[in-house]
Amino acid sequence: MAALTPILETIALRRAFGGLVAVQPVDFRLNHGEIRGIIGPNGAGKTTLVSMICGRIRPSSGRIVFRQRDITRLRADERVSLGIVYTFQLVSVFKSLTAYENVAVAAQRRLLASPGNYLRLNRQMVTRHVRAAFADVGLHGIDARPAGALPYGHQRLLEIAMALALRPRVLALDEPTQGLAPQEVDALGALIRSMAGSVAVLLIEHNMRFVLDLSHSVTVMDRGSIIAQGTPQEVERNPVVQRVYLGLPC
Amino acid sequence: MNGPGDRPILAVHLAILLLLLVLQFVLPPFQQGMLVRIMVFATYAIGYNVLLGYTGLMSLGHAMFFAAGMYATGLAVYYLGAGPGAGFALGLLASVILATIIGAITLRTSGVSFLIATMMFAQVIYVTTLYFSRITGGDQGLVLTGRLRPLHLAGHHLSLAAPAVRYNAALIVFALAFLLSLWLARSPVGRVLVAVRENEDRTRMLGYNTTAYKLFALAASGGIAGMAGCTYTLLFSYLGSSFASILYSIYPLLWTLLGGAGTTIGPLAGTALMTYAIDIASGLTDSYLIVVGVALVLIIMKFPAGVAGSVRAKWLGWLP
Repeated sequence: MAALTPILETIALRRAFGGLVAVQPVDFRLNHGEIRGIIGPNGAGKTTLVSMICGRIRPSSGRIVFRQRDITRLRADERVSLGIVYTFQLVSVFKSLTAYENVAVAAQRRLLASPGNYLRLNRQMVTRHVRAAFADVGLHGIDARPAGALPYGHQRLLEIAMALALRPRVLALDEPTQGLAPQEVDALGALIRSMAGSVAVLLIEHNMRFVLDLSHSVTVMDRGSIIAQGTPQEVERNPVVQRVYLGLPC
Repeated sequence: MNGPGDRPILAVHLAILLLLLVLQFVLPPFQQGMLVRIMVFATYAIGYNVLLGYTGLMSLGHAMFFAAGMYATGLAVYYLGAGPGAGFALGLLASVILATIIGAITLRTSGVSFLIATMMFAQVIYVTTLYFSRITGGDQGLVLTGRLRPLHLAGHHLSLAAPAVRYNAALIVFALAFLLSLWLARSPVGRVLVAVRENEDRTRMLGYNTTAYKLFALAASGGIAGMAGCTYTLLFSYLGSSFASILYSIYPLLWTLLGGAGTTIGPLAGTALMTYAIDIASGLTDSYLIVVGVALVLIIMKFPAGVAGSVRAKWLGWLP
Protein backbone atom coordinates (compact mmCIF):
# COMPACT_ATOMS: atom_id res chain seq x y z
CA MET A 1 0.00 0.00 0.00
CA ALA A 2 2.65 2.50 1.01
CA ALA A 3 4.58 4.01 -1.86
CA LEU A 4 8.14 5.30 -1.59
CA THR A 5 7.26 8.96 -1.78
CA PRO A 6 4.29 10.22 0.22
CA ILE A 7 1.47 11.98 -1.62
CA LEU A 8 1.39 14.64 1.09
CA GLU A 9 3.91 15.83 3.61
CA THR A 10 4.07 18.60 6.18
CA ILE A 11 7.41 19.93 7.36
CA ALA A 12 7.54 21.60 10.79
CA LEU A 13 3.99 22.82 10.27
CA ARG A 14 2.92 25.03 13.14
CA ARG A 15 -0.03 27.20 14.02
CA ALA A 16 -0.48 29.57 16.93
CA PHE A 17 -3.63 31.54 17.74
CA GLY A 18 -2.23 34.48 19.64
CA GLY A 19 -0.28 32.95 22.52
CA LEU A 20 -1.99 29.57 22.20
CA VAL A 21 -0.05 27.08 20.11
CA ALA A 22 -2.72 24.87 18.54
CA VAL A 23 -0.29 22.81 16.50
CA GLN A 24 3.38 22.42 17.48
CA PRO A 25 5.82 22.01 14.59
CA VAL A 26 4.50 18.80 13.04
CA ASP A 27 6.07 16.50 10.45
CA PHE A 28 3.29 14.45 8.95
CA ARG A 29 3.34 12.11 5.96
CA LEU A 30 0.43 10.60 4.10
CA ASN A 31 0.93 7.79 1.59
CA HIS A 32 -0.88 7.18 -1.69
CA GLY A 33 -4.24 5.52 -1.27
CA GLU A 34 -4.01 4.81 2.44
CA ILE A 35 -6.65 5.36 5.09
CA ARG A 36 -5.10 7.34 7.88
CA GLY A 37 -6.94 7.81 11.14
CA ILE A 38 -6.18 10.91 13.18
CA ILE A 39 -7.28 10.62 16.78
CA GLY A 40 -6.74 12.51 19.99
CA PRO A 41 -8.66 14.22 22.74
CA ASN A 42 -10.64 17.43 22.12
CA GLY A 43 -8.35 20.36 21.49
CA ALA A 44 -5.48 18.12 20.40
CA GLY A 45 -5.11 20.10 17.17
CA LYS A 46 -6.50 17.50 14.74
CA THR A 47 -8.89 19.80 12.92
CA THR A 48 -6.35 22.64 12.90
CA LEU A 49 -3.73 20.40 11.30
CA VAL A 50 -6.12 19.13 8.64
CA SER A 51 -7.46 22.65 8.05
CA MET A 52 -3.92 23.83 7.32
CA ILE A 53 -3.44 20.94 4.91
CA CYS A 54 -6.66 21.90 3.11
CA GLY A 55 -5.91 25.62 3.13
CA ARG A 56 -8.75 26.78 5.35
CA ILE A 57 -6.23 28.03 7.94
CA ARG A 58 -2.87 29.58 7.13
CA PRO A 59 0.06 28.03 9.04
CA SER A 60 2.17 30.27 11.27
CA SER A 61 5.26 28.55 9.94
CA GLY A 62 6.35 25.39 8.15
CA ARG A 63 5.64 23.93 4.75
CA ILE A 64 3.17 21.63 3.05
CA VAL A 65 4.25 19.53 0.09
CA PHE A 66 1.74 17.75 -2.13
CA ARG A 67 3.04 15.44 -4.87
CA GLN A 68 6.49 17.03 -4.65
CA ARG A 69 5.06 20.50 -4.98
CA ASP A 70 5.11 23.17 -2.26
CA ILE A 71 1.49 24.21 -1.76
CA THR A 72 1.93 26.23 1.44
CA ARG A 73 0.96 29.48 -0.29
CA LEU A 74 -1.93 28.14 -2.35
CA ARG A 75 -5.52 29.16 -1.60
CA ALA A 76 -7.99 26.50 -0.47
CA ASP A 77 -9.82 26.52 -3.80
CA GLU A 78 -6.55 26.00 -5.68
CA ARG A 79 -5.76 23.01 -3.48
CA VAL A 80 -9.18 21.54 -4.23
CA SER A 81 -8.33 21.77 -7.91
CA LEU A 82 -5.17 19.77 -7.20
CA GLY A 83 -7.27 17.13 -5.46
CA ILE A 84 -7.20 17.98 -1.75
CA VAL A 85 -10.81 17.88 -0.65
CA TYR A 86 -12.30 18.55 2.77
CA THR A 87 -15.70 17.66 4.17
CA PHE A 88 -16.91 19.73 7.07
CA GLN A 89 -17.31 18.57 10.65
CA LEU A 90 -20.95 19.63 10.66
CA VAL A 91 -23.01 18.73 7.62
CA SER A 92 -22.91 21.76 5.37
CA VAL A 93 -24.76 20.93 2.20
CA PHE A 94 -26.57 23.76 0.39
CA LYS A 95 -29.82 23.19 2.24
CA SER A 96 -32.21 25.10 0.01
CA LEU A 97 -30.80 23.70 -3.24
CA THR A 98 -31.85 20.31 -4.56
CA ALA A 99 -29.66 17.27 -4.01
CA TYR A 100 -28.91 17.28 -7.73
CA GLU A 101 -27.76 20.91 -7.67
CA ASN A 102 -25.55 20.23 -4.66
CA VAL A 103 -23.60 17.56 -6.49
CA ALA A 104 -23.74 19.47 -9.79
CA VAL A 105 -21.89 22.44 -8.28
CA ALA A 106 -19.12 20.06 -7.30
CA ALA A 107 -19.21 18.00 -10.50
CA GLN A 108 -18.95 20.99 -12.83
CA ARG A 109 -15.81 22.22 -11.07
CA ARG A 110 -13.49 19.98 -13.05
CA LEU A 111 -15.40 20.60 -16.26
CA LEU A 112 -14.84 24.33 -15.81
CA ALA A 113 -11.09 23.76 -16.01
CA SER A 114 -11.42 24.56 -19.72
CA PRO A 115 -12.53 28.19 -20.05
CA GLY A 116 -14.85 27.55 -23.01
CA ASN A 117 -17.14 25.67 -20.65
CA TYR A 118 -17.87 28.83 -18.64
CA LEU A 119 -20.38 29.94 -21.24
CA ARG A 120 -22.21 26.69 -21.56
CA LEU A 121 -21.56 23.29 -20.10
CA ASN A 122 -22.75 20.14 -21.71
CA ARG A 123 -25.67 19.40 -19.39
CA GLN A 124 -25.62 15.67 -20.12
CA MET A 125 -22.00 15.57 -19.07
CA VAL A 126 -22.74 17.24 -15.73
CA THR A 127 -25.68 14.89 -15.19
CA ARG A 128 -23.51 11.87 -15.95
CA HIS A 129 -21.00 12.94 -13.32
CA VAL A 130 -23.76 13.63 -10.80
CA ARG A 131 -25.24 10.15 -11.42
CA ALA A 132 -21.83 8.55 -10.94
CA ALA A 133 -21.32 10.37 -7.63
CA PHE A 134 -24.79 9.37 -6.41
CA ALA A 135 -24.09 5.76 -7.40
CA ASP A 136 -20.76 5.80 -5.54
CA VAL A 137 -22.47 6.58 -2.24
CA GLY A 138 -25.64 4.63 -2.99
CA LEU A 139 -28.12 7.50 -3.10
CA HIS A 140 -30.99 7.22 -5.57
CA GLY A 141 -34.21 9.01 -6.43
CA ILE A 142 -33.52 12.14 -4.40
CA ASP A 143 -32.49 14.49 -7.23
CA ALA A 144 -35.28 17.02 -6.87
CA ARG A 145 -35.50 17.06 -3.07
CA PRO A 146 -34.09 20.08 -1.24
CA ALA A 147 -30.94 18.89 0.51
CA GLY A 148 -32.10 20.35 3.81
CA ALA A 149 -35.20 18.13 3.76
CA LEU A 150 -33.20 14.89 3.52
CA PRO A 151 -32.62 12.71 6.59
CA TYR A 152 -29.37 13.51 8.36
CA GLY A 153 -27.62 10.34 7.23
CA HIS A 154 -28.48 11.10 3.61
CA GLN A 155 -27.12 14.63 3.98
CA ARG A 156 -23.83 13.09 5.12
CA LEU A 157 -23.79 10.79 2.10
CA LEU A 158 -24.71 13.72 -0.14
CA GLU A 159 -21.76 15.60 1.24
CA ILE A 160 -19.46 12.68 0.45
CA ALA A 161 -20.97 12.44 -3.02
CA MET A 162 -20.06 16.13 -3.50
CA ALA A 163 -16.53 15.37 -2.37
CA LEU A 164 -16.22 12.37 -4.68
CA ALA A 165 -17.53 14.39 -7.62
CA LEU A 166 -14.43 16.55 -7.20
CA ARG A 167 -12.29 13.44 -7.88
CA PRO A 168 -10.06 13.85 -4.81
CA ARG A 169 -6.57 12.44 -4.39
CA VAL A 170 -6.65 13.27 -0.70
CA LEU A 171 -10.01 13.32 1.07
CA ALA A 172 -10.21 14.72 4.58
CA LEU A 173 -13.30 13.56 6.48
CA ASP A 174 -13.85 15.49 9.70
CA GLU A 175 -15.86 13.31 12.11
CA PRO A 176 -18.00 11.67 9.42
CA THR A 177 -19.83 9.29 11.79
CA GLN A 178 -21.14 12.05 14.00
CA GLY A 179 -24.92 11.80 14.26
CA LEU A 180 -25.22 8.61 12.21
CA ALA A 181 -27.19 5.51 13.22
CA PRO A 182 -25.14 2.31 13.77
CA GLN A 183 -26.08 0.69 10.44
CA GLU A 184 -25.29 3.97 8.65
CA VAL A 185 -21.88 3.96 10.28
CA ASP A 186 -21.26 0.46 8.91
CA ALA A 187 -22.30 1.54 5.41
CA LEU A 188 -20.03 4.58 5.63
CA GLY A 189 -17.14 2.35 6.68
CA ALA A 190 -17.68 0.12 3.66
CA LEU A 191 -17.82 3.19 1.43
CA ILE A 192 -14.54 4.58 2.78
CA ARG A 193 -12.88 1.19 2.42
CA SER A 194 -13.96 1.04 -1.21
CA MET A 195 -12.37 4.42 -1.89
CA ALA A 196 -8.97 3.48 -0.50
CA GLY A 197 -6.36 2.66 -3.09
CA SER A 198 -7.42 5.45 -5.41
CA VAL A 199 -7.90 8.09 -2.71
CA ALA A 200 -5.84 8.79 0.39
CA VAL A 201 -8.32 9.30 3.21
CA LEU A 202 -7.63 11.43 6.26
CA LEU A 203 -10.08 10.35 8.89
CA ILE A 204 -10.57 12.54 11.95
CA GLU A 205 -12.76 10.54 14.33
CA HIS A 206 -13.79 10.07 17.91
CA ASN A 207 -15.44 6.72 17.25
CA MET A 208 -12.45 4.52 18.16
CA ARG A 209 -13.84 1.21 16.91
CA PHE A 210 -14.57 2.84 13.54
CA VAL A 211 -11.06 4.30 13.17
CA LEU A 212 -9.20 1.23 14.35
CA ASP A 213 -11.25 -1.06 12.08
CA LEU A 214 -10.81 1.06 9.01
CA SER A 215 -7.40 2.69 9.11
CA HIS A 216 -4.21 1.30 7.65
CA SER A 217 -2.33 3.49 10.09
CA VAL A 218 -3.25 5.86 12.87
CA THR A 219 -1.74 9.15 14.02
CA VAL A 220 -2.40 10.17 17.61
CA MET A 221 -2.27 13.85 18.57
CA ASP A 222 -2.29 15.49 21.95
CA ARG A 223 -1.79 19.17 22.82
CA GLY A 224 -0.75 20.08 19.32
CA SER A 225 1.82 17.33 18.83
CA ILE A 226 1.92 13.88 17.29
CA ILE A 227 2.49 11.55 20.22
CA ALA A 228 2.23 8.21 18.46
CA GLN A 229 1.93 6.74 15.00
CA GLY A 230 1.57 3.21 13.66
CA THR A 231 -0.81 0.43 12.78
CA PRO A 232 -4.08 0.34 14.71
CA GLN A 233 -2.75 -2.57 16.80
CA GLU A 234 0.48 -0.76 17.67
CA VAL A 235 -1.36 2.39 18.61
CA GLU A 236 -3.88 0.51 20.74
CA ARG A 237 -1.05 -1.09 22.75
CA ASN A 238 0.98 2.12 23.03
CA PRO A 239 1.26 3.08 26.74
CA VAL A 240 1.47 6.80 25.98
CA VAL A 241 -1.80 6.60 24.05
CA GLN A 242 -3.44 4.65 26.84
CA ARG A 243 -2.36 7.29 29.31
CA VAL A 244 -3.74 10.15 27.22
CA TYR A 245 -7.02 8.39 26.58
CA LEU A 246 -7.62 6.61 29.87
CA GLY A 247 -5.85 9.01 32.17
CA LEU A 248 -3.58 6.26 33.51
CA PRO A 249 -0.58 7.44 35.53
CA CYS A 250 2.87 7.20 33.98
CA MET B 1 -30.75 22.57 -13.96
CA ASN B 2 -33.17 19.72 -13.68
CA GLY B 3 -36.87 20.36 -14.18
CA PRO B 4 -39.14 20.41 -17.18
CA GLY B 5 -36.26 21.59 -19.38
CA ASP B 6 -35.52 24.66 -21.45
CA ARG B 7 -38.65 25.04 -23.55
CA PRO B 8 -41.32 26.15 -21.07
CA ILE B 9 -38.85 28.44 -19.33
CA LEU B 10 -37.87 30.14 -22.56
CA ALA B 11 -41.53 30.26 -23.62
CA VAL B 12 -42.57 32.13 -20.46
CA HIS B 13 -39.85 34.73 -20.94
CA LEU B 14 -40.53 35.22 -24.64
CA ALA B 15 -44.25 35.53 -23.91
CA ILE B 16 -43.52 38.39 -21.49
CA LEU B 17 -41.43 40.16 -24.14
CA LEU B 18 -44.14 39.59 -26.72
CA LEU B 19 -46.71 41.08 -24.35
CA LEU B 20 -44.56 44.19 -23.92
CA LEU B 21 -44.18 44.42 -27.71
CA VAL B 22 -47.93 44.25 -28.29
CA LEU B 23 -48.86 46.65 -25.47
CA GLN B 24 -47.58 49.65 -27.45
CA PHE B 25 -50.36 49.16 -30.00
CA VAL B 26 -53.02 48.92 -27.32
CA LEU B 27 -52.13 51.40 -24.62
CA PRO B 28 -52.78 55.16 -24.73
CA PRO B 29 -49.69 57.41 -25.03
CA PHE B 30 -49.46 58.24 -21.33
CA GLN B 31 -49.42 54.57 -20.36
CA GLN B 32 -46.80 53.91 -23.03
CA GLY B 33 -44.61 56.55 -21.42
CA MET B 34 -45.06 54.83 -18.07
CA LEU B 35 -44.02 51.53 -19.59
CA VAL B 36 -40.86 53.07 -21.06
CA ARG B 37 -39.85 54.17 -17.58
CA ILE B 38 -40.80 50.78 -16.16
CA MET B 39 -38.73 48.92 -18.76
CA VAL B 40 -35.68 51.12 -18.17
CA PHE B 41 -35.93 50.83 -14.40
CA ALA B 42 -36.69 47.11 -14.62
CA THR B 43 -33.39 46.79 -16.49
CA TYR B 44 -31.78 48.57 -13.58
CA ALA B 45 -33.49 46.15 -11.16
CA ILE B 46 -32.35 43.15 -13.22
CA GLY B 47 -28.80 44.34 -12.77
CA TYR B 48 -29.34 44.77 -9.06
CA ASN B 49 -30.89 41.31 -8.82
CA VAL B 50 -27.79 39.65 -10.28
CA LEU B 51 -25.95 40.77 -7.16
CA LEU B 52 -28.66 40.52 -4.48
CA GLY B 53 -30.80 37.70 -5.80
CA TYR B 54 -28.24 35.37 -7.31
CA THR B 55 -25.07 36.15 -5.37
CA GLY B 56 -26.55 37.18 -2.03
CA LEU B 57 -24.77 40.53 -1.72
CA MET B 58 -26.89 43.50 -0.70
CA SER B 59 -25.60 46.80 -2.03
CA LEU B 60 -26.94 50.19 -1.08
CA GLY B 61 -24.90 52.04 -3.65
CA HIS B 62 -26.09 50.92 -7.04
CA ALA B 63 -27.05 54.48 -7.95
CA MET B 64 -23.34 55.06 -8.63
CA PHE B 65 -23.38 52.48 -11.42
CA PHE B 66 -26.64 53.82 -12.86
CA ALA B 67 -25.15 57.31 -12.63
CA ALA B 68 -21.87 56.19 -14.20
CA GLY B 69 -23.78 55.03 -17.25
CA MET B 70 -25.94 58.13 -17.27
CA TYR B 71 -23.12 60.66 -16.88
CA ALA B 72 -20.63 58.99 -19.19
CA THR B 73 -23.25 58.81 -21.92
CA GLY B 74 -24.88 62.16 -21.24
CA LEU B 75 -21.68 64.18 -20.88
CA ALA B 76 -20.23 62.61 -24.02
CA VAL B 77 -23.35 63.63 -25.92
CA TYR B 78 -23.50 67.10 -24.36
CA TYR B 79 -19.85 68.12 -24.65
CA LEU B 80 -18.35 65.88 -27.30
CA GLY B 81 -21.35 65.54 -29.59
CA ALA B 82 -21.25 61.77 -29.36
CA GLY B 83 -23.99 59.85 -31.14
CA PRO B 84 -26.35 57.49 -29.31
CA GLY B 85 -24.35 54.37 -30.15
CA ALA B 86 -20.98 55.74 -29.04
CA GLY B 87 -22.57 57.31 -25.96
CA PHE B 88 -24.16 54.03 -24.99
CA ALA B 89 -20.91 52.09 -25.41
CA LEU B 90 -19.03 54.67 -23.36
CA GLY B 91 -21.61 54.57 -20.56
CA LEU B 92 -21.58 50.79 -20.42
CA LEU B 93 -17.79 50.74 -20.28
CA ALA B 94 -17.69 53.39 -17.55
CA SER B 95 -20.12 51.52 -15.32
CA VAL B 96 -18.35 48.18 -15.72
CA ILE B 97 -14.98 49.77 -14.91
CA LEU B 98 -16.41 51.59 -11.90
CA ALA B 99 -18.11 48.41 -10.63
CA THR B 100 -14.87 46.46 -10.98
CA ILE B 101 -12.88 49.04 -9.04
CA ILE B 102 -15.54 49.44 -6.35
CA GLY B 103 -15.83 45.66 -6.14
CA ALA B 104 -12.09 45.18 -5.69
CA ILE B 105 -12.30 47.47 -2.67
CA THR B 106 -15.68 46.68 -1.10
CA LEU B 107 -15.66 42.89 -1.56
CA ARG B 108 -13.14 42.69 1.25
CA THR B 109 -16.24 43.18 3.39
CA SER B 110 -19.49 41.25 3.49
CA GLY B 111 -22.96 41.52 4.96
CA VAL B 112 -23.83 44.83 6.58
CA SER B 113 -20.30 46.18 6.13
CA PHE B 114 -20.61 45.64 2.39
CA LEU B 115 -23.91 47.49 2.39
CA ILE B 116 -22.36 50.45 4.21
CA ALA B 117 -19.18 50.45 2.13
CA THR B 118 -21.13 50.56 -1.14
CA MET B 119 -23.38 53.29 0.26
CA MET B 120 -20.37 55.42 1.18
CA PHE B 121 -18.82 55.15 -2.27
CA ALA B 122 -22.15 55.98 -3.87
CA GLN B 123 -22.39 59.08 -1.68
CA VAL B 124 -18.91 60.12 -2.85
CA ILE B 125 -20.06 59.83 -6.45
CA TYR B 126 -23.26 61.75 -5.66
CA VAL B 127 -21.40 64.59 -3.95
CA THR B 128 -18.91 64.64 -6.84
CA THR B 129 -21.71 65.26 -9.33
CA LEU B 130 -22.82 68.20 -7.18
CA TYR B 131 -19.33 69.56 -6.62
CA PHE B 132 -18.57 69.78 -10.33
CA SER B 133 -21.93 71.32 -11.08
CA ARG B 134 -20.39 73.67 -13.68
CA ILE B 135 -19.80 70.58 -15.79
CA THR B 136 -22.57 68.26 -14.67
CA GLY B 137 -25.31 70.80 -14.09
CA GLY B 138 -25.56 69.54 -10.51
CA ASP B 139 -29.10 69.39 -9.15
CA GLN B 140 -30.53 71.08 -12.19
CA GLY B 141 -28.93 68.58 -14.48
CA LEU B 142 -28.40 68.92 -18.20
CA VAL B 143 -30.91 68.68 -21.00
CA LEU B 144 -29.65 66.95 -24.11
CA THR B 145 -32.50 68.03 -26.37
CA GLY B 146 -31.08 69.50 -29.58
CA ARG B 147 -27.64 68.01 -28.96
CA LEU B 148 -28.50 64.36 -29.29
CA ARG B 149 -28.14 63.23 -32.88
CA PRO B 150 -30.72 60.79 -34.21
CA LEU B 151 -29.94 57.11 -34.35
CA HIS B 152 -28.82 55.90 -37.78
CA LEU B 153 -30.22 52.50 -38.42
CA ALA B 154 -30.32 50.80 -41.82
CA GLY B 155 -30.56 54.12 -43.66
CA HIS B 156 -33.24 55.52 -41.35
CA HIS B 157 -32.79 58.47 -39.03
CA LEU B 158 -34.61 57.65 -35.83
CA SER B 159 -35.16 60.35 -33.23
CA LEU B 160 -35.03 58.78 -29.79
CA ALA B 161 -37.58 61.32 -28.59
CA ALA B 162 -40.24 59.92 -30.94
CA PRO B 163 -42.64 57.84 -28.82
CA ALA B 164 -42.53 54.70 -30.97
CA VAL B 165 -38.72 54.76 -31.22
CA ARG B 166 -38.37 55.42 -27.53
CA TYR B 167 -40.69 52.56 -26.60
CA ASN B 168 -38.97 50.01 -28.79
CA ALA B 169 -35.49 51.14 -27.82
CA ALA B 170 -36.41 50.64 -24.17
CA LEU B 171 -37.90 47.26 -25.02
CA ILE B 172 -34.74 46.14 -26.82
CA VAL B 173 -32.49 47.14 -23.91
CA PHE B 174 -34.85 45.49 -21.45
CA ALA B 175 -35.07 42.31 -23.52
CA LEU B 176 -31.28 42.18 -23.67
CA ALA B 177 -30.92 42.41 -19.90
CA PHE B 178 -33.87 40.08 -19.30
CA LEU B 179 -32.53 37.28 -21.51
CA LEU B 180 -28.99 37.86 -20.29
CA SER B 181 -30.12 37.35 -16.69
CA LEU B 182 -32.06 34.23 -17.68
CA TRP B 183 -29.02 32.81 -19.39
CA LEU B 184 -26.75 33.73 -16.50
CA ALA B 185 -29.11 32.16 -13.95
CA ARG B 186 -29.04 28.86 -15.82
CA SER B 187 -25.36 28.90 -16.73
CA PRO B 188 -22.57 27.08 -14.87
CA VAL B 189 -21.41 30.44 -13.54
CA GLY B 190 -24.92 31.21 -12.25
CA ARG B 191 -24.90 27.89 -10.42
CA VAL B 192 -21.70 28.91 -8.64
CA LEU B 193 -23.13 32.35 -7.78
CA VAL B 194 -26.16 30.71 -6.15
CA ALA B 195 -23.83 28.41 -4.24
CA VAL B 196 -21.92 31.47 -3.00
CA ARG B 197 -25.22 33.00 -1.91
CA GLU B 198 -26.15 29.85 0.01
CA ASN B 199 -22.79 29.18 1.67
CA GLU B 200 -19.63 30.91 0.56
CA ASP B 201 -17.22 28.90 2.70
CA ARG B 202 -18.62 25.63 1.39
CA THR B 203 -18.37 26.88 -2.18
CA ARG B 204 -14.73 27.78 -1.67
CA MET B 205 -14.07 24.26 -0.42
CA LEU B 206 -15.58 22.94 -3.64
CA GLY B 207 -12.68 24.56 -5.45
CA TYR B 208 -14.11 27.91 -6.50
CA ASN B 209 -12.35 31.23 -6.08
CA THR B 210 -15.45 32.83 -4.60
CA THR B 211 -13.94 36.32 -4.48
CA ALA B 212 -13.41 36.25 -8.24
CA TYR B 213 -16.99 35.07 -8.78
CA LYS B 214 -18.35 37.84 -6.56
CA LEU B 215 -16.29 40.40 -8.44
CA PHE B 216 -17.67 39.09 -11.72
CA ALA B 217 -21.21 39.32 -10.32
CA LEU B 218 -20.65 42.91 -9.21
CA ALA B 219 -19.17 43.91 -12.57
CA ALA B 220 -22.09 42.31 -14.43
CA SER B 221 -24.59 43.82 -12.02
CA GLY B 222 -23.03 47.28 -12.27
CA GLY B 223 -22.80 46.96 -16.05
CA ILE B 224 -26.49 46.17 -16.44
CA ALA B 225 -27.40 48.98 -14.01
CA GLY B 226 -25.17 51.30 -16.03
CA MET B 227 -26.84 50.18 -19.24
CA ALA B 228 -30.15 51.32 -17.73
CA GLY B 229 -28.55 54.67 -16.87
CA CYS B 230 -27.29 55.13 -20.45
CA THR B 231 -30.70 54.27 -21.81
CA TYR B 232 -32.50 56.66 -19.48
CA THR B 233 -30.36 59.62 -20.45
CA LEU B 234 -30.68 58.84 -24.17
CA LEU B 235 -34.45 58.30 -24.13
CA PHE B 236 -35.39 61.18 -21.82
CA SER B 237 -32.60 63.55 -22.95
CA TYR B 238 -31.78 64.39 -19.38
CA LEU B 239 -29.17 63.72 -16.72
CA GLY B 240 -29.15 64.99 -13.15
CA SER B 241 -27.58 64.30 -9.80
CA SER B 242 -30.84 63.11 -8.24
CA PHE B 243 -30.26 59.84 -10.09
CA ALA B 244 -27.01 59.44 -8.15
CA SER B 245 -28.69 60.04 -4.80
CA ILE B 246 -29.35 57.36 -2.21
CA LEU B 247 -33.00 57.18 -3.20
CA TYR B 248 -31.91 55.62 -6.48
CA SER B 249 -29.88 53.07 -4.55
CA ILE B 250 -32.91 52.17 -2.46
CA TYR B 251 -35.33 51.88 -5.40
CA PRO B 252 -33.71 48.87 -7.12
CA LEU B 253 -33.49 47.09 -3.76
CA LEU B 254 -37.18 47.73 -3.25
CA TRP B 255 -38.20 46.73 -6.77
CA THR B 256 -36.18 43.54 -6.54
CA LEU B 257 -37.49 42.53 -3.12
CA LEU B 258 -41.07 43.34 -4.08
CA GLY B 259 -40.86 41.34 -7.30
CA GLY B 260 -38.80 38.52 -5.83
CA ALA B 261 -35.04 38.43 -5.38
CA GLY B 262 -33.37 35.56 -7.15
CA THR B 263 -36.07 35.24 -9.82
CA THR B 264 -35.66 36.38 -13.41
CA ILE B 265 -39.16 37.84 -13.65
CA GLY B 266 -39.18 39.49 -10.23
CA PRO B 267 -37.41 42.74 -11.17
CA LEU B 268 -39.96 43.53 -13.90
CA ALA B 269 -42.91 42.61 -11.67
CA GLY B 270 -41.59 44.66 -8.75
CA THR B 271 -40.72 47.72 -10.85
CA ALA B 272 -44.11 47.73 -12.57
CA LEU B 273 -46.06 47.35 -9.32
CA MET B 274 -44.05 50.00 -7.52
CA THR B 275 -44.17 52.49 -10.37
CA TYR B 276 -47.94 52.25 -10.62
CA ALA B 277 -48.33 52.37 -6.83
CA ILE B 278 -46.28 55.58 -6.67
CA ASP B 279 -48.13 57.01 -9.64
CA ILE B 280 -51.48 56.46 -7.93
CA ALA B 281 -50.23 57.64 -4.54
CA SER B 282 -48.65 60.81 -5.92
CA GLY B 283 -52.06 61.72 -7.34
CA LEU B 284 -53.44 61.57 -3.80
CA THR B 285 -50.69 63.08 -1.69
CA ASP B 286 -47.40 64.94 -1.97
CA SER B 287 -45.76 62.68 0.59
CA TYR B 288 -45.94 59.72 -1.75
CA LEU B 289 -42.59 58.42 -0.49
CA ILE B 290 -44.51 57.05 2.47
CA VAL B 291 -45.86 54.48 0.02
CA VAL B 292 -42.29 53.38 -0.63
CA GLY B 293 -41.65 53.05 3.08
CA VAL B 294 -44.84 51.16 3.83
CA ALA B 295 -44.20 48.83 0.89
CA LEU B 296 -40.71 48.03 2.16
CA VAL B 297 -41.97 47.24 5.65
CA LEU B 298 -44.82 45.08 4.34
CA ILE B 299 -42.59 43.11 1.99
CA ILE B 300 -40.07 42.31 4.67
CA MET B 301 -42.75 41.27 7.16
CA LYS B 302 -45.23 39.45 4.95
CA PHE B 303 -43.68 38.48 1.62
CA PRO B 304 -39.96 37.89 1.99
CA ALA B 305 -39.98 35.93 -1.27
CA GLY B 306 -41.67 38.72 -3.28
CA VAL B 307 -44.26 38.31 -6.04
CA ALA B 308 -42.37 36.01 -8.41
CA GLY B 309 -40.78 34.20 -5.47
CA SER B 310 -44.20 33.37 -4.05
CA VAL B 311 -45.48 32.24 -7.44
CA ARG B 312 -42.48 29.98 -7.77
CA ALA B 313 -42.91 28.57 -4.29
CA LYS B 314 -46.63 27.93 -4.75
CA TRP B 315 -47.12 26.89 -8.37
CA LEU B 316 -44.16 27.02 -10.69
CA GLY B 317 -41.18 25.48 -8.95
CA TRP B 318 -39.23 25.32 -12.20
CA LEU B 319 -39.12 29.08 -12.78
CA PRO B 320 -35.48 30.24 -12.75
